[in-house]
Amino acid sequence: MTIPVLSVRGLVVEIPTRHGVMRPVDGMTFDIKAGEILGLVGESGAGKSMTGNAVIGLLDPPARIAEGEIYLNGDRIDRLRLADLRKRRGKDIGMVFQDPLTSLNPLLPIGDQLTETILEHLPVSMSEAKTRAVAALEEVGIPAAAERIGAYPHEFSGGMRQRVVIALALSAEPSLIIADEPTTALDVSVQAQITALLKRLCRERGAGVMLVTHDMGVIAETADRVAVMYAGQLVELGFVRQVLSEPCHPYTDGLMGSTPQASKGQTRLRQIPGSMPRLGNLPPGCAFSPRCSYVQDKCRQKPELRLNSCDSRTACWFPIGAPA
Amino acid sequence: MLAYVIRRVFHSIVVLLAVGLVAFSMFRFVGDPIDNMLGQERTQADIDRLRTQLGLDQPFAIQYWKFLSGAAEGNFGVSYRQGRPVSDIISERAPATLELAAVSGLFAILLGIGLGVFTAIRRNGIASNLIMTLSLVGVSLPTFLIGILLIYVFSVELDMLPSFGRGETVMVGYWSTGFLTKSGLVALILPAITLGLYQMTLIMRLVRSEMLEVLRQDYIRFARARGLRERVVNFRHALKNTLVPVITVTGLQLGSIIAFAIITETVFQWPGVGLLFINAIHFVDIPVMAAYLMLISVMFVTINLVVDLLYFAIDPRLRVDGRST
Repeated sequence: MTIPVLSVRGLVVEIPTRHGVMRPVDGMTFDIKAGEILGLVGESGAGKSMTGNAVIGLLDPPARIAEGEIYLNGDRIDRLRLADLRKRRGKDIGMVFQDPLTSLNPLLPIGDQLTETILEHLPVSMSEAKTRAVAALEEVGIPAAAERIGAYPHEFSGGMRQRVVIALALSAEPSLIIADEPTTALDVSVQAQITALLKRLCRERGAGVMLVTHDMGVIAETADRVAVMYAGQLVELGFVRQVLSEPCHPYTDGLMGSTPQASKGQTRLRQIPGSMPRLGNLPPGCAFSPRCSYVQDKCRQKPELRLNSCDSRTACWFPIGAPA
Repeated sequence: MLAYVIRRVFHSIVVLLAVGLVAFSMFRFVGDPIDNMLGQERTQADIDRLRTQLGLDQPFAIQYWKFLSGAAEGNFGVSYRQGRPVSDIISERAPATLELAAVSGLFAILLGIGLGVFTAIRRNGIASNLIMTLSLVGVSLPTFLIGILLIYVFSVELDMLPSFGRGETVMVGYWSTGFLTKSGLVALILPAITLGLYQMTLIMRLVRSEMLEVLRQDYIRFARARGLRERVVNFRHALKNTLVPVITVTGLQLGSIIAFAIITETVFQWPGVGLLFINAIHFVDIPVMAAYLMLISVMFVTINLVVDLLYFAIDPRLRVDGRST
C-alpha cells in the first residue's frame, strides 16, 4: 500500500475562551492519496477551513492543535518547529485562499511574487526562476504570460487573479494542495474554469488536493471522495458518487435534499430543521441528534465513524439504507 | 505625470500667496516697529520720516505687493533691528536649523519605523509593551520640558553633553557646519533628541498600528502559506504596505520639525532661524518675520509635493496611466 500524501489522525483543534475550551475541529481522521481530490463540505462554522489551516500550520492563536497527528508523505508535521514547518509550506503544501482580490500583495508585480516563492524553495538561479514563473503563468492559462509578468495584481480580473494565486500555490510543485473555497468569490462561469484548471493541474502532477467548499456542485464536479463535516466532526466519508446519490448519514441526506437540482424541476427544497449548535453548547452524544428525524435513545452516546453497508464511512448509529 | 507636477506647482504658488497675505496682515497687530527703533527722545518728525523711509505709510496692498515682488527676486528687505539684508541673516542662520532638523528627522524616521515594526511583530512581548508605555511620554510631554529634563540629566547631573550652543563650526563654502567637529556633533545630540522625540513616537505608534492592520490581511497569510521567511513577510510584504499613510504623516512631521524648531532652539540657545524668529517678534522686525514665514510655507508645500510623488513610487494602483515599465 502506498503512503498517502496527507494522513490526518484524530485531529482536535481547541480554542480556549472565557467560557471554556471550544473544539472547532473534533477528531477528524482522513487520508488523501496522490492525485486524489478530497472534498471537505459542511456549513459555515463546521470546521472545514480550520482543518485546512491546522494542516498547513496557520491556525490563528489562541487556536491550537490539541490532539491528533498529521502526516505529510509519511512524515509527522504537526509537531514541527515553526522554522521547519515554514520550509514545508509552499514546497510540500500549497494553499489557495478564497478571495483572489486580497490574496496577492497589491504593491508587488505578480512576477516578483512568483520568483520569490520559487527562489525560496528550489535551488535555481534568478533567471531560471523567471523562466519558471512565466511557465507557471502559462500553465494556468494567463495569455501573454511573458509580457504580464511585470503587471500588478490590480491589472487582472478576479478569475485571472485566482489563476495567478493557483500558479503561486503550485510554483514550487507541492504534493498537497489545500484549496479553501477557491471559487466562492468568483462568478459562476469563471468558477467552472477555475475548478477544471485545479483538477487538471492536480491530475497532471499527481498532487493530492483538499478542496474545502460548501458548494455541493463543485464537489460533484471535482472531487473523488467527499468528507462531510458537522460541528467540527466528520459525519460521513466516501466516494462522491456514492455519498451524493445514496447518503447514509441523516445530515448528508438533509444537505442533499436542500440542494437545488435542475432535473427535479421547481419543487420546494427540503430543509433541515433548526441550526447547527454553537460550539460551546454541543448536545451530548451525536451532535446532529437534536435536528435528526431518525433520533433514538442510543444517539445520546457518541457514534464512531465506521464502515457502513455501502463502502463509505458514517458516524451514525442508524445510517439510512442500513438493514435495521 | 509632468502635467500633474506642473498643476501642483501652480497650486503651491496660490498657497504661498495666501500664506503671505495672512502673515502680512497679522503683522499689523504685532505692534509698531517705530516704537522700538526710535528712542525715548523721538519727535513726531522723526517718526514720520522713518515711517516714510520704511514704506509703512503706504496702503497695505502696496506694502504686500512690494514685499512679493522683492521676494520673487530673493530680496526680503532689510532687517529693522540689524540693518542688514534679511536674506543674508537667514542664510547665515539656516544651516544651524537645517542640520538640527536633518539629524532629528533621521532620528525620528529610523527609530520610529524600527521600533514600530518591532512592537508590531512582538506585540505581546515585554519589551514592546515597555516601549509602548514609554512612548506615551514622548507623545504627551511638551518639548520644552523634555529639553529641560535632558539638560538636567545629561548636562547638569552627568556632565556628559553640552547644554547650549552649537559647539565649534567649520565653514564649507557659505555653509557653517557642525558635523565636522567633535564639539559640534556632541552639541547636536540633546537638541536633536528633544526636537525629534515627539515625531519619533508618533511615527512609531503609526507604523505599529498600520502594521498590525496589514499583518491581518489575506496576502500576508498567503505569503506565509507560500513558505516565505518571516523576515521577508514582515519587511518586503507587510512594511511596504504600511508606508503610504506613514509617508503622509512623516512628511508633514518633517515640516513641523523645521517650523517648530523654535522651542528647541530657545531651550538650547541654538543659533538657528527659530531663535531668529523669536527675537524678530520681540522687536517687531517685520521683514525677518515675513521672510521666515514664507520660507516655512515654501518648505511645507515642497514636502507635500514630494510626498505625493512618493505615493506614485510606492503604490502602483495610483499610477493612472497604467504600467510604469
